[in-house]
Amino acid sequence: MWAMIKRGWVTLSRPSRYFSLGFLTIGGFIAGILFWGGFNTALELTNTEPFCIGCHEMENNVYEELKTTIHYTNRSGVRATCPDCHVPHEWTNKIARKVQASKEVWGKIFGTIDTREKFLEKRLELASREWARFKANDSLECRNCHDFEYMDFTRQSPRAEQAHSTGLADGTKTCIDCHKGIAHQLPPMAGVEGW
Amino acid sequence: MIRPLTTLTLALAFTSTLALAQNIDAMRGDYPIAEEPPAPRMEQTENTDIRRKRNYPMQPPTIPHKIDGYQVDLNTNRCLSCHSRRRTEASQAPMVSVTHYMDRDGNFLAEVSPRRYFCSQCHVAQFPGNPLVENTFEDVDDIIARTSAAQ
Repeated sequence: MWAMIKRGWVTLSRPSRYFSLGFLTIGGFIAGILFWGGFNTALELTNTEPFCIGCHEMENNVYEELKTTIHYTNRSGVRATCPDCHVPHEWTNKIARKVQASKEVWGKIFGTIDTREKFLEKRLELASREWARFKANDSLECRNCHDFEYMDFTRQSPRAEQAHSTGLADGTKTCIDCHKGIAHQLPPMAGVEGW
Repeated sequence: MIRPLTTLTLALAFTSTLALAQNIDAMRGDYPIAEEPPAPRMEQTENTDIRRKRNYPMQPPTIPHKIDGYQVDLNTNRCLSCHSRRRTEASQAPMVSVTHYMDRDGNFLAEVSPRRYFCSQCHVAQFPGNPLVENTFEDVDDIIARTSAAQ
């Protein structure tokens, strides 16, 4: 094993014997573009709604619930897809989330939530994880669309205005503190703060 | 085999029913029963947060805000997340009446009684629509005032 690594290092540290410098640099450049482009294309492919609801776990449970909410259908026709809320938009965080999502592949393979009953059983745990994530990043995925800077309180209902101009404005609260269960149904909420 | 007389009777009965049916429900307007009238426009729910007068002492207060998508089921009760005893301080919403913590024998419970759990069974949001039928309801206070003035 060690000998193999050593041999590989010796090969890598020597100048190329057969390939021209031009081939190696230009070829490497093109291969890099292809690799990077391919990687990002594949990444973006996993960041689409058809991919998310390719699994019946997502399509029959959470997607069906989303359909009844304002994030799916509303007066202006702007809608949120799964990754808009559940995958960070910024690259580094996106990759980190994608790595975490490998656990979800595990769950898919072993059928952790492959029936409605199993899903409901596990719902509090799954939801709590998302709430914790939103709480930790100050509801970043909400704020990708709902920017506090551009909120017009005069266009809000008195209750909304009151809550947004106090807790949200001074940073003691974040979106998810109040807006749980806006896009999917809630698990048993006994013991959850604020319920 | 149907006799001609029976057929005639049946036909008569059928046409008279049709004639009646056309005037049976004023809310339908002038549409025959077999036709579907165009659906009325869906109204916007009032969302003013201003409490309304009760029309009679025991009237369940109407809801002065939108309740679209509020989840009230075995898992959770969205209404109680503001209106329950422990949440009213934070929300400044009116607390559900103490009667909702009583069972039907008048014993007080720690939690909202199961028979009172489904809020929208009695409490409803409102929209400023025109009444479909004329309403001749009189407030009890008005009746008392009128009768005492008459005496």
